[in-house]
Amino acid sequence: MTKLNTYRAGPDEAGHFGIYGGRFVAETLMPLILEVEKAYTEAKDDPAFWDEFHSQMKHYVGRPSPLYFARRLTEHFGGAKVYFKRDELNHTGAHKINNTIGQILLARRMGKTRVIAETGAGQHGVATATVCALFDIPCVVYMGETDIERQSPNVFRMKLLGADIVPVSAGTGTLKDAMNEALRDWVANVDDTFYIIGTVAGPHPYPAMVRDFQAVIGNEVREQLHEAEGRKPDSLVACIGGGSNAMGLFHPFLDDKDVRIIGVEAAGHGIETGEHCASLTAGKPGVLHGNRTYLLQTDDGQILDGHSISAGLDYPGIGPEHSWLFDNGRVEYVSVTDKEALDAFQLCTKMEGIIPALEPAHALAHVAKIAGDLPKDHLMVMNMCGRGDKDVFAVARILGIELSQ
Amino acid sequence: MTNPETRIGKRFAALKAERRAGLVTFVTAGDPDMETSREILFGLPGAGADLIELGMPFSDPMADGPSIQASSLRALKNGMTLKKTLDLVAEFRNADNDTPVVLMGYYNPIYILGVDAFAAEAQAAGVDGLIIVDLPPEEVDELWKPARDAGIDFIFLTAPTSDDARLPVIVKRASGFIYYVSITGITGTRSADIADVETALKRIRKHTGLPIAVGFGIKTPEQVAEIASVADAAVVGSALVDVIAANLDPDGKPEKGVAEKLLALVADLAAGIGGAGEKVA
Repeated sequence: MTKLNTYRAGPDEAGHFGIYGGRFVAETLMPLILEVEKAYTEAKDDPAFWDEFHSQMKHYVGRPSPLYFARRLTEHFGGAKVYFKRDELNHTGAHKINNTIGQILLARRMGKTRVIAETGAGQHGVATATVCALFDIPCVVYMGETDIERQSPNVFRMKLLGADIVPVSAGTGTLKDAMNEALRDWVANVDDTFYIIGTVAGPHPYPAMVRDFQAVIGNEVREQLHEAEGRKPDSLVACIGGGSNAMGLFHPFLDDKDVRIIGVEAAGHGIETGEHCASLTAGKPGVLHGNRTYLLQTDDGQILDGHSISAGLDYPGIGPEHSWLFDNGRVEYVSVTDKEALDAFQLCTKMEGIIPALEPAHALAHVAKIAGDLPKDHLMVMNMCGRGDKDVFAVARILGIELSQ
Repeated sequence: MTNPETRIGKRFAALKAERRAGLVTFVTAGDPDMETSREILFGLPGAGADLIELGMPFSDPMADGPSIQASSLRALKNGMTLKKTLDLVAEFRNADNDTPVVLMGYYNPIYILGVDAFAAEAQAAGVDGLIIVDLPPEEVDELWKPARDAGIDFIFLTAPTSDDARLPVIVKRASGFIYYVSITGITGTRSADIADVETALKRIRKHTGLPIAVGFGIKTPEQVAEIASVADAAVVGSALVDVIAANLDPDGKPEKGVAEKLLALVADLAAGIGGAGEKVA
């Protein structure tokens, strides 16, 4: 593969990152997709839009989130200096709100009066319901039945925030099925509805737009680490389901060639079992949900249901820009099993007093694998993209402890 | 504007000569199983189907409502694949060389098979046209070109959201006929207001001379007749696959007579536009 001058120029005008991305949607939706693209292109060049975005980030979300030196874990691993980007301290407890604030501002700018969203772990659903409450816009969240069961605290939070939760029983009742149903809603409500997609996937301009909103993470890391250490990080680590927290951390650093960048997929019960969500490690390129990207699928092109202990990673695809960065080798992609993530979850809780969500526990499990072999002056930043309160019931169940809910 | 040499062109020319609109029937290949599906497919022309739209089952049919979603999943559960769908068409083509067969579905299974291999195999099987729901003009060229070279028509969807700026982009690559999605929504749900359909068709006809088939939400002989009064063809799908869904035993196996029941409904639908029983298979 030829070396590129920049990894940050994509996508092209048609929304392609190399062969990935694009706009693979039904004709009924095309005019809407083009309308969103036009509105976002205009907003992106409007300083007033970003002023409002950053004002909401500061006063409502609580940004910048701290960059925290994880002293005890660093000592425990015995190598690289490990920092956590504390996006779990954001309002609503995850990075998802960075994106929902951006998209709700765009929806308002476009005069849309109804919002829909899909959610897996419920973090994006909560973040969407939150901004809809803030701006008094009706909100419908599609959520798989399996996910509703394993994420009941988030379901209740969304209801408190005034959202309508629509259970989706198709397929295995997880994130992919919720996204299908949200797309069906959108096609039936084209006039008034804005679809707030929760990750860097879907038809153009969503992958680029969500990335741009989440890039606040990486931009802050650059500044904060410079303040703390006087230099850039040596490596970045983030978990990947659709890949929005990772893209937000990675994108500002893609052209810093000396920064090693690692994305961590969910290996579920193990890649060899076939029960996992490692689209890049074990999938192949295909077309789903409006974009071409790596997908878990059969030889006949039927989409497979993924498995992960973490509902937020339980998606058979991945954002198209990640597929492109995988093919050209700029980002390393690895995978971590349910068990490894669960061990990291417990380790982090005991040693740092931080209960991580199961999603970033995957990233931490990989940090645990590699940090010890790296020199003590190696600066590693891991995105702590969500807090684990939502997961305590699920973890208790797995550990064989009964809690009364 | 249709190519008079193709099965689709000949069929629309014949319909014009008969001064009536056509009935397009949709069923999913392999639903509920291969044997029943074959029985249905082979019986469709005799029951009054002028064109056959055959669904290529897909795990994630995003533009379809519950009926066709369930239909797709039944077929997949019983082992249907894209290859077997093409085999089924080839088998049908041996028995019927006149009734146009249009494959409808989503892009991923075709992409995985490979666009060139798919176009060649579809041509060999006797496929006449393609409707690929998630390939808008912006993304279509990679399949449109091999299909065109294989002499297969590409039928594009137009919708109530397709305005005068959008229509030229769509019709530019269209051949065979135009499919007008009469509602903003998914298959098998609500039905369009006939006056709205008429207005939309007038607008589309300003941009193309191709015949226009209208689908989504058409379920009864009365609705078929109503659509037939303004369009070149009416498409019925969900109502037909619902007959299959209603005639399965608790294990999901088809009950006896399911094909007959479905074909009887096709005959009723065709009767409303003077098409029933006029042709032999």
